[in-house]
Amino acid sequence: MFEGIDLALVNWSRAQFALTAMYHWVFVPLTLGLAIIVAIMETLYVKTGNPEWKRITKFWMTLFGINFAIGIATGIILEFEFGTNWSNYSWFVGDIFGAPLAIEGILAFFMESTFIAIMFFGWNKVSKGFHLTATWLTAIGANLSALWILVANGWMQMPVGMVFNPEKARMEMVNFWDVLFSPMAVHKFLHTTSSSFVLAAIFVIGVSAWYILKGRDIVFARKSIVVAAIFGLLASGYTLVTGDSSAREIAHHQPMKFAAFEGLYNGSKGAGLVALGVISTTDNDPSNENLKDFKVKIEIPNVLSYMAFLNWDAFVPGVNDLIRGNEKEGVMSAMDKIVRGKKAIEKLTAYKEAKKGGLVSRADSLKTEIMSPDFQKNYFKYFGYGYISDPNTLVPSIPLSFYSFHIMVVLGLYFIVFFVLALLYTLKGKIHKKRTFLRFALWTIPLAYLASQSGWILAEAGRQPWVIQDLMPTMAAVTKISVGAVQVTFWLFAIIFTTLLIAEIKIILRQIKIGPKVEGGAK
Amino acid sequence: MFETLSLITLQQYWWLIVSLLGALFVFLTFVQGGETLLFTIAKNDTEKSLLINTLGRKWEFTFTTLVTFGGAFFASFPLFYATSFGGAYWVWFAILISFVIQAVSYEFRKKPNNLLGTKTYDVFLFLNGLLGPLLIGTAVGTFFNGAMFSLDDMNRVTWGTPFRGLEAVLTFHNLALGLAVLFLSRILGLLYFMNSVDNSAIYDRSKKHLLYNTIPFLVFFLYFLIALLFKDGFAYHPETGIVTIESYKYLHNILAMPVNTIMLLVGVVGVLWGIILSFLKGGTKGIWFAGGGTVLTVWALFILAGFNHTSFYPSVLDMQSSLTIENASSSHFTLIAMSYVSLFVPFVLGYIWYAWKSMNNKKISTDELEQEHHSY
Repeated sequence: MFEGIDLALVNWSRAQFALTAMYHWVFVPLTLGLAIIVAIMETLYVKTGNPEWKRITKFWMTLFGINFAIGIATGIILEFEFGTNWSNYSWFVGDIFGAPLAIEGILAFFMESTFIAIMFFGWNKVSKGFHLTATWLTAIGANLSALWILVANGWMQMPVGMVFNPEKARMEMVNFWDVLFSPMAVHKFLHTTSSSFVLAAIFVIGVSAWYILKGRDIVFARKSIVVAAIFGLLASGYTLVTGDSSAREIAHHQPMKFAAFEGLYNGSKGAGLVALGVISTTDNDPSNENLKDFKVKIEIPNVLSYMAFLNWDAFVPGVNDLIRGNEKEGVMSAMDKIVRGKKAIEKLTAYKEAKKGGLVSRADSLKTEIMSPDFQKNYFKYFGYGYISDPNTLVPSIPLSFYSFHIMVVLGLYFIVFFVLALLYTLKGKIHKKRTFLRFALWTIPLAYLASQSGWILAEAGRQPWVIQDLMPTMAAVTKISVGAVQVTFWLFAIIFTTLLIAEIKIILRQIKIGPKVEGGAK
Repeated sequence: MFETLSLITLQQYWWLIVSLLGALFVFLTFVQGGETLLFTIAKNDTEKSLLINTLGRKWEFTFTTLVTFGGAFFASFPLFYATSFGGAYWVWFAILISFVIQAVSYEFRKKPNNLLGTKTYDVFLFLNGLLGPLLIGTAVGTFFNGAMFSLDDMNRVTWGTPFRGLEAVLTFHNLALGLAVLFLSRILGLLYFMNSVDNSAIYDRSKKHLLYNTIPFLVFFLYFLIALLFKDGFAYHPETGIVTIESYKYLHNILAMPVNTIMLLVGVVGVLWGIILSFLKGGTKGIWFAGGGTVLTVWALFILAGFNHTSFYPSVLDMQSSLTIENASSSHFTLIAMSYVSLFVPFVLGYIWYAWKSMNNKKISTDELEQEHHSY
């Protein structure tokens, strides 16, 4: 039934999706955060009537526009790629997954694209109040679109609100609210958007720092820093809180990802958190080259147990527990899950064959069996494991997960300190004297992008091999197409996106160099 | 309220919505049509700048409608999304790439230090204008003529040719629809220029080119329509779902659905009236007649393709794999949930109309562009 899976095809399809998603994510966080920062700035203009705020708003709006365009360009590919390269996935879960994508279009994209035109071209055409509303609606539209796509992503990480329909061979939605308010989706939305606000705030502070270093547009830069630092500080605090709760969700629903990003091979009670560590290049376990010891690590005892289960002595399963099983702690082995998954697939195949052969009563009894709560709970729940032959392939890349998680967390903590300093120095009127800090601010911009990308690498690479947790591995989701075709589109996108990224960076750098315009002057 | 509706009613309701989005998209391709005319209608940089700026304030609507069309199709008929996008790989990527290069071109073209130069971005716009409507029209042609796919018992798609959808251009009936959509988008583009640009030279030239584009449009469109009435179609049995070839299927559909046929006729007359009115009497209202007519015509064609037990995406490789609104749709529950979402559509259309009115109450002029902070 699942014969002839071409691993090269799976890997190239994954590479193409990763390429598109990562390029898309270069532009999106700035769009999400800068939209709100610009709206705050314009609110200050409308409230105070001070034209300086209008000038500030228009400058950041220009950079927003350049970044927005390329975000859209990469986004359209991403949406259709579910169909083009993951068509089996699209059918298997389209009944659930398609809905948030459609709602995103109807409720969010139209709001964004309608009001962005007023935001850019309506200064002299509509009233001040209407213009401000349009700017806020653009920001809300952008963040609403993030909500729906993250609901979709959250569902892939933790499928809820659905039931399997053997006749159609697909998952079907039975509870919309469970999908929308799934804790995984809610945490993902809050964490992703707040971290995007952080990135945008850092961008604004970094660019403003450059002006101060150059000794130009000082008032503009200081005002921009104050807005961005307050916004960034609030957002970064919230990112920390939502990051913490996201980790707990992962510990409960994706224990393998949790073990991987902590480099926890053998589970224990009162497990320690590896605050910092370097993974060795030598194998820990000859049967799985992915398992490597730490060369160096700083571990804080019991913290991991608390982080995962709010209990200092709780048992946290490690990679080995999840693969080999741990009867004492009630952890099922991967092999056991694979056997159950294969049984679920066999039953489905038998049902399909009975149906095809016109054996109505046999088909009906198989269907009843498949749909019984006992079969669903004990077998169908592990459906995706049925595709797996080697349990070791259930372990995601540990170095990739470990490093991306730790880079994200360390940088996230640094950003909080960064915002506090930026705010203090500016409010005390000393920012122009803190040249080292200003240089740091400039270099913090790429770090913000690094942290943001790391978060997504952890979220997506960390849940391998699953495209839908426990139900569908990537190899079963891919479109049957020649690997050459995917290679061609991969390179095509790599060339197009890289060219456009270079163009964008060049344009933005030039616009920064040109700086904010004198109000009333042409562009 | 939607809970009481039967599955087939909801499937029809969603086919109507997806078709309406498709129809609105074709109207909004006046942006693409306009992009192919930049080098024809504008004789200098100032004129080109006027054209690009008037299109540039609307391109996102077209783009968003395309994305929403894709999303709505995914949510309501996921088997089509999986089959067509996964199957006709090259066609869809060619279409998408033409929209990718469009998305940056307005914003980047006049910005200093833009790497590729204004001319390249203008060529990107031209390519989007040419390939977008042509390929989408051709792809929609396969709704009537079929495509080369088969589905296994788990509904996984296998495509019958290595060209992955590009072979659709070899069927002249598909290509005729593609060319008709292309010339229609150009007509709509010209009418939009006449409506929104305050420049008499552009107005006169647009009027003159209306005729040049209407003739090929009529040739291709009438060929498509007449051939459609005489061709065989893929019908399915309402109870068994078995697909068979039916002679004159679309003619039968025309006769079986008189309201739809009236809508089709009103639509075609609307398009022609918009063109004739603008050509003979001038004025700025042609776009609304032709645009409204386009929406009705395309909507009616989609209904013709999917209603009255017709397969909307037939397979010429394995007839029983053909997609119908009944076998390709989402579950009853999802269609109900999405139907509640559809109640927002009039609200969305309302604010789009309001925003459009606020922005277009005065024609775009060179003076305005000079004063504008943000221009393309």
